[in-house]
Amino acid sequence: MNSVILHTATRILTSLILMFSIYILYRGHNEPGGGFIGGLIAASGIILYSVAFGSSWARHGLRASGLSVAGAGLFFAALSGVLSGIHGKPFLTGLWYFPKLGIEAKVALSTPLLFDIGVYLVVVGALTTIALELEEARD
Amino acid sequence: MMSSAVISGFVLGAFAPWLTRTVGERVHWLLAILPAVLFAYFAQFLPVVAAGESVRVASEWVPGLDVALSFYLDGLSLIFALLITGIGTFIVLYAGGYLHGHAQLGRFFLYLLSFMGSMLGLVLADNVITLFVFWELTSITSFLLIGFSHTAPKSRRAAMQALVVTGGGGLALLAGLLIMASVAGTSELSQILSDPEVLTSSALYVPMTILVLLGAFSKSAQFPLHFWLPNAMEAPTPVSAYLHSSTMVKAGVYLLARVSPGLGGTDFWFYALVIFGTTTMLVGGFLAMRQSDLKLVLAYTTVAALGTLTMLIGLGGDYAFKAMALFLITHAFYKGGLFMVAGSIDHGTGTRDALQLGGLARPMPVTFAVAVLLGLSMAGIIPFVGFIAKEVMYEATLHVGATALILVTAAAVLGNAFNVVAAGIVGLRPFLSAHKATPHHPHEAPPSMLIGPIALAALGLFCGVAFPITAEYVAAPVMASLNGLPVGEQGAELYLWHGIKPPLILSLVTLALGALGFAFWPQMRAGIAAILRAIGWGPDHGYDQAISGLERLAYAATRVQQTGYLRHYLMATFVVVAVFMLVTLFTMGGLPSEFRLPTVYLPEVIALALLVGGAVVATVVYSRVAAVAAIGVVGYAVALLFLIFSAPDLAFTQFRVETLTVVILVLVLMRVPLEVSAFRGRAGRLRDAVIAIAVGASISLVLLAATQGPLDLRLSEYFIENSVPVAHGHNIVNVILVDFRALDTLGEIFVVTIAGLSCFGLVRLALSRRKATRAEVPPAQRTRATETPGGDA
Repeated sequence: MNSVILHTATRILTSLILMFSIYILYRGHNEPGGGFIGGLIAASGIILYSVAFGSSWARHGLRASGLSVAGAGLFFAALSGVLSGIHGKPFLTGLWYFPKLGIEAKVALSTPLLFDIGVYLVVVGALTTIALELEEARD
Repeated sequence: MMSSAVISGFVLGAFAPWLTRTVGERVHWLLAILPAVLFAYFAQFLPVVAAGESVRVASEWVPGLDVALSFYLDGLSLIFALLITGIGTFIVLYAGGYLHGHAQLGRFFLYLLSFMGSMLGLVLADNVITLFVFWELTSITSFLLIGFSHTAPKSRRAAMQALVVTGGGGLALLAGLLIMASVAGTSELSQILSDPEVLTSSALYVPMTILVLLGAFSKSAQFPLHFWLPNAMEAPTPVSAYLHSSTMVKAGVYLLARVSPGLGGTDFWFYALVIFGTTTMLVGGFLAMRQSDLKLVLAYTTVAALGTLTMLIGLGGDYAFKAMALFLITHAFYKGGLFMVAGSIDHGTGTRDALQLGGLARPMPVTFAVAVLLGLSMAGIIPFVGFIAKEVMYEATLHVGATALILVTAAAVLGNAFNVVAAGIVGLRPFLSAHKATPHHPHEAPPSMLIGPIALAALGLFCGVAFPITAEYVAAPVMASLNGLPVGEQGAELYLWHGIKPPLILSLVTLALGALGFAFWPQMRAGIAAILRAIGWGPDHGYDQAISGLERLAYAATRVQQTGYLRHYLMATFVVVAVFMLVTLFTMGGLPSEFRLPTVYLPEVIALALLVGGAVVATVVYSRVAAVAAIGVVGYAVALLFLIFSAPDLAFTQFRVETLTVVILVLVLMRVPLEVSAFRGRAGRLRDAVIAIAVGASISLVLLAATQGPLDLRLSEYFIENSVPVAHGHNIVNVILVDFRALDTLGEIFVVTIAGLSCFGLVRLALSRRKATRAEVPPAQRTRATETPGGDA
């Protein structure tokens, strides 16, 4: 779409939306948010970009194809489930690790976080694929 | 250890393509080590089993369904395991020579070794489900092997046909086995069969027997399901020698023998097996006489042999079981060997048509000598084991009750006479008759292709001469498995010579008939061909008719169900939802008994007004884009309601989903041409209105009724209590999604990925198809067509 306002706004908005989506993904475990909603937000950012500048620029910016992103997401989600098997626990049992960093903040690493990242990537990848494919279908 | 023996075939098979690439063309000598080692492993059980013991090992597989990976080794399974591994060793060697330099040799060994593993699993399995799984695996590997020359339409058809027939029978078998297991109350065959009374006195005896027989008959090519076996000769000859003569087709016979202590002994069993077995024996032998292709002659006599084995199991009693045990190994030896001989002739001369072959004794002396030895065993000449098998068989038929005696004995004599003729056609005729020119200059087969037939011919002679050993290690243990009695309580003695008695006289009659048939074979061939032409229809043709009928039915059904219009699918879904809900509500009760309007606050009123307004606009506007936007408003209103009722996660997600839906729908609608015909008429709108109102009404009624009762909060309370201590998360919705119910989410993201994949596939497919049609029109024509719109184009 050839609109200066859209172009200028999109440049700023897309990066903000993507950052916000990661924030939403991260805070999801304790406050409203999570991988699914984060993924939706990120997907709308990318779709906005492709509407403004065209799908080929959106693809260029994405580097990886949407399906690869979705595939990676599935892989992470499945991996997070298998990890519990190492400890002899049932598939998808949550494992938690609190590294001692010697600083004020508390950091928690866990398989549910990995799982949520997987969900995020699947949603981004699948929706981007659908939108970009449909956008290009006109040619 | 026994499970590793079964699995090792699959493991080595998986590495076979890589090994073939690495080691090169002599890989078969390496691969043959596995079956040889397995043979030695099973051979060490011979004394144990001959002493009357059996070995059982079990490990859990799916304990919840009473499925165990359990294996059971007794006389019957041991003899089968030895045949599978022993002949398997020679087949691997033979295949290396036969398919020398074939580009897909590695793949062939993958299939072959996997088949060997499946077959071992099948004959050793004790659990009925394990048995069924391996049974199906043999069907699948057989399918792959028959279709090995996948570029030939004939072999593709043969592979498909074998899979359909044996796979269909496999389904019947599964049902039969499950009934058996539920009647006996256990899934272990060794326990099911321990008490014959339980099965034979059950009300389900006849249905379960019919189902098991269907499975066994389809696998073992009993008439009228025999047609797939001759067609399976499209497979490379090592496959025919291994699967379709000595092992896989005997799986059905194995099954009959295995269940015979439990299901056998009744009139139903007797008549079913004897009638089908005898018919198959005669039809197979008769049809074999018409063939001139060596492999087909052998294939039809294999059908006949399978009929003979079925008949013997059906006859029952010591003599018949003894004959079955002997004929089983006899047939595996000579048929496996003769198939390899036929392959060597094909390999050496370029043809395997008996009419075009002659005088091969000079260029192929070793093959000739082996073929004669194998042929003598097939014809049942003293002192080969084939002779003893035939004698015992006549002994068995002569001991049948009065009425059937003459019929069954006559059939056996005729069937064996056909065998004698076939032995002559394959074992003598190509070598002795006048020399004929063949496509290749005939040459002797390489050692890898000779070792198998030589060993099998030697075994046929050894088992005959050393008959006491055969009696102790083969006949007695197999008989024990068949009649369920301990080893040693059956008359398993064998004799090479027991004086001039009725069986010997019948043997002489058989030989005389066979010699006569061999002498007049060309005339007999012509006569049978004329008879078959007169009939003009066979089960093979019937199979084609059945398949094409099925295709027509499927096509018609698909045309009715799958219109390709989304609106039809949606309509069907909504009508079903509305009708089922309304019918249930009105017939089973559960309608809301009262309706109380709750207090509604201003924000809720605004959200509801938006919702209703959006819905009304969506139904009345003509523009699709406007309708999509209006539906978006409905979604936003719902999200607003979520927000008001403090579900921020749901609300956020709903907002995003609605936005993206509108964007994507608009992207779609921009590509869809707006045709006048796409708009509904008055009748269509009325119909849709009725459906919409019905769905809305039914869902409202259900919701009203559901909210009337007390709300069960146990689940919510559990999540609230455990969210922080167990899952370290304060956002319960997210904790449920990624932890408590993560498996559901995993399924959902799979669905999302599949949706992305399907969209990708659909769009790309449509694009490439459009490009293809565009490319079909030559450029010149295209420009002319655009220059003169509305012209004659």
